[in-house]
Amino acid sequence: MLTMIGKRLMFAIPSLIGVVIVTFLLTRALPGDPAAYFAGPAASKEAIEQIRKKLGFDKPLIEQFFRYTSDLAHGDFGTSLTTGQPVATEIRNRLPASAELTLLGLIISVSIAIPLGVLAATRPGSWIDHLCRVTTTAGVSLPVFFTGLVLVYLFYFRLGWSPAPLGRLDVFYSAPAHVTGFYLIDALIARDFETFRSALSQLILPAATLAIFSLAPIARMTRASMLAVLASDFVRTARASGLSPSTVIVTYAFRNAMLPVITTLSMVFSFLLGANVLVEKVFAWPGIGSYAVEALISSDFAPVQGFVLTMAVMYVLLNLFIDILYGVIDPRVRLEG
Amino acid sequence: MKRRDFLKSVSGLAAAGALTPAPAIWSAAKADARSETLLIVSESGPNNLDIHGVGTNVPGYEVSWNCYDRLISHEMKSGPGGVPYYDRDKFKPELAEDMNVGDMSVTFKLKKNAKFHDGAPVTAKDVKWSLDRAVSVGGFPTFQMGAGSLTKTEQFVIVDDNTVRLDFAKKDRLTIPDLAVIVPCVVNSELVKKNATEKDPWGLEYTKQQTAGSGAYRVVKWTAGTEVVMERNDAWVGGPLPKVKRVVWRMVPQAGNRRALLERGDADISYDLPNKDFVELKDNAKLNIVSVPYSNGVQYIGMNVKIAPFDNVKVREAVACAIPYQKIMDAVLFGLAKPMFGAPAGKATEVAWPQPTKYVTDIAKAKALLAEAGYPNGFETTLSFDLGFAGVNEPLCVLVQESLAQIGIKTTINKIPGANWRTELNKKVLPLYTNVFSGWLDYPEYFFIWCYDGKNSIFNTMSYQSKEMDAYISGAVDAAAIGNTAKYDADVKGFVDLAFKDIPRIPLYQPYVNVAMQKNVSGYQYWFHRRLDYRALVKA
Repeated sequence: MLTMIGKRLMFAIPSLIGVVIVTFLLTRALPGDPAAYFAGPAASKEAIEQIRKKLGFDKPLIEQFFRYTSDLAHGDFGTSLTTGQPVATEIRNRLPASAELTLLGLIISVSIAIPLGVLAATRPGSWIDHLCRVTTTAGVSLPVFFTGLVLVYLFYFRLGWSPAPLGRLDVFYSAPAHVTGFYLIDALIARDFETFRSALSQLILPAATLAIFSLAPIARMTRASMLAVLASDFVRTARASGLSPSTVIVTYAFRNAMLPVITTLSMVFSFLLGANVLVEKVFAWPGIGSYAVEALISSDFAPVQGFVLTMAVMYVLLNLFIDILYGVIDPRVRLEG
Repeated sequence: MKRRDFLKSVSGLAAAGALTPAPAIWSAAKADARSETLLIVSESGPNNLDIHGVGTNVPGYEVSWNCYDRLISHEMKSGPGGVPYYDRDKFKPELAEDMNVGDMSVTFKLKKNAKFHDGAPVTAKDVKWSLDRAVSVGGFPTFQMGAGSLTKTEQFVIVDDNTVRLDFAKKDRLTIPDLAVIVPCVVNSELVKKNATEKDPWGLEYTKQQTAGSGAYRVVKWTAGTEVVMERNDAWVGGPLPKVKRVVWRMVPQAGNRRALLERGDADISYDLPNKDFVELKDNAKLNIVSVPYSNGVQYIGMNVKIAPFDNVKVREAVACAIPYQKIMDAVLFGLAKPMFGAPAGKATEVAWPQPTKYVTDIAKAKALLAEAGYPNGFETTLSFDLGFAGVNEPLCVLVQESLAQIGIKTTINKIPGANWRTELNKKVLPLYTNVFSGWLDYPEYFFIWCYDGKNSIFNTMSYQSKEMDAYISGAVDAAAIGNTAKYDADVKGFVDLAFKDIPRIPLYQPYVNVAMQKNVSGYQYWFHRRLDYRALVKA
């Protein structure tokens, strides 16, 4: 198995090289001149030229590229101009924020969507099936920023149940000592329950927003694949053999229906991680998505390249993990390149 | 399914999730911290804590202003609507104890007890090093220094440990005011030099991440794009000790949420809300709202005089007559701006800038002018704006488009992303566009040097060239330097009249700085840089 993993990682290298080249060229092809943008409001042509020289954008493209790759090889992703910080540090600080939010959203989503999907599949046409259809349709058809704003309006502004949408922690709490970067876990490690509660209460609304959005694909996929499995011969045989309905559904049917669900889950996760920009904007969440978008808006090359590269690596690892998981769930699936 | 049920089902789901946490209960210590802390929310934050840095953005200026001292600063006076407003003509010492202006130099004596945040005394050496740095690092700080004829390190002379002399390169009225802007701040030279490298002799990398000044506040924590936390420097000697102990500045990108935070009483101050929100907040009177016009700033419609048909003054006049001025004031700005149009016909030109033109919306006249110019059926062109300020620019351009269509000018709206805007302006190829310019130094000639002079700076977006205009501008600059008021007044009136006669750009209005704060927050002061001065703020 280890050699398989090694082989898979080897195969990922050419695609990562491709990503490096493409993002480099794409960011250079963007309209907009970072030198002019950062030269400030009262800059003359000379001032812009000075800035350009300082940033190294006056050099030929090929030289810029080699400098970039050699920095990359030394683990230096460059420095963001909009935030003024090294990109590697920023991504390291922001990735846990996004991951914590996305994971919690996904957990909420899964804990609602999978039971809903299973129940809907076992009783097609019943009220629970309709409920499943309604919630999923509502979930996908509401844009995330809209759901986010509605939730903020309702639970913060109107009812006052939720804390101010000010990011990961209330203003008067300081972050727990850094261990994993996940505030919930770090606060528990530090046995700081007040901070834990503050972090959790900040997380609920954005996580719910993400959950509502990601409910649909998971619930629909669970329902569809359960329906297919329940109609298959081995389930009929199991039922005929007099096994209890719960054993049939959970042990036999569900386990077999899980593969497509896992696939969907991995797609939803990676999609959410990169695409929850809007949720991050609405909740002032210091995540990786809003970071990349802001950089893009101001033609800030380094963070965009760093972001795409990190995402590419994450996709590779995620896919590998999912493939391993396949093997665990269904031994018939062998891990191959 | 009905829309209402559908919404219900969604909010029902969310309620299940949100019910669990109770609202935070403040422990006593936290409640104290709250009353001594000022929470500011704004859309974006600094990218660099040092204004001398490469590409420091405008929020970064606010940090510099509050965390560093300058030799001198401005006194306050009562401004529009009774709001404290910086006094352009009156200076007060900040790090200096005393300012002595001679014929070709000015001498500053430093306050003896002034100390940097790390306890090191502020000496003449630090002042010279900082000013040398400002004129040497290049980019914006160097150009801002140049605006006051401060260009060479030899101009800054150490007389003794506590005395600095500044030699004028030439007589220039803007030299002293330029020492009170944000750029010539005094940096802890020993500390920064210790952290400088061969590649970075001015230690810009070090001061980017931390403040090394003697100012009233110092940054204790900065998470880029998220928050800046500043604490009061209790040993500050630049002025009376500020009342606010701690400032937390959080970035909240969503305008709706900034408003919600204010209305719920969680945030203390916000100053970049859309105009519509400000008007509504003003009306419901739960918050203190301050609106002050930008000093020396004008939003305008520009026309490139090098591109036909705008090379024809009659066409430009026709456009000026077709702008829906009042509609823009009402529908785009909700009255939160000072009109720069429609002065009474017989009104004499004033020695002031900005001042209103005599143009009003007159479609019939515009049509006649256009026919006279040889375009009885109009023409087609593009109307460009900066998407970075789409909140105002977009509706404004739509109104202008609609109005120009009435005289036969068909415009296509061209939205340019913020990152690209300055590049496009620099190329000087946009035929018709809207933009805003405001100068830190509040002098008419300063505005005109940037915007109308034949030197064709980036802000002369119209590529306007006129020997007559250049003569008026340099005439006014020279007259101001030697105090020849009569000549100065005549030249200022001359260039204003000419700008309105040739009308390469059509002034629309003077925008307002809008600040919303809680009722218990007071002491807001308007500064030329339009950012907050925490030193004067009070939270009851």
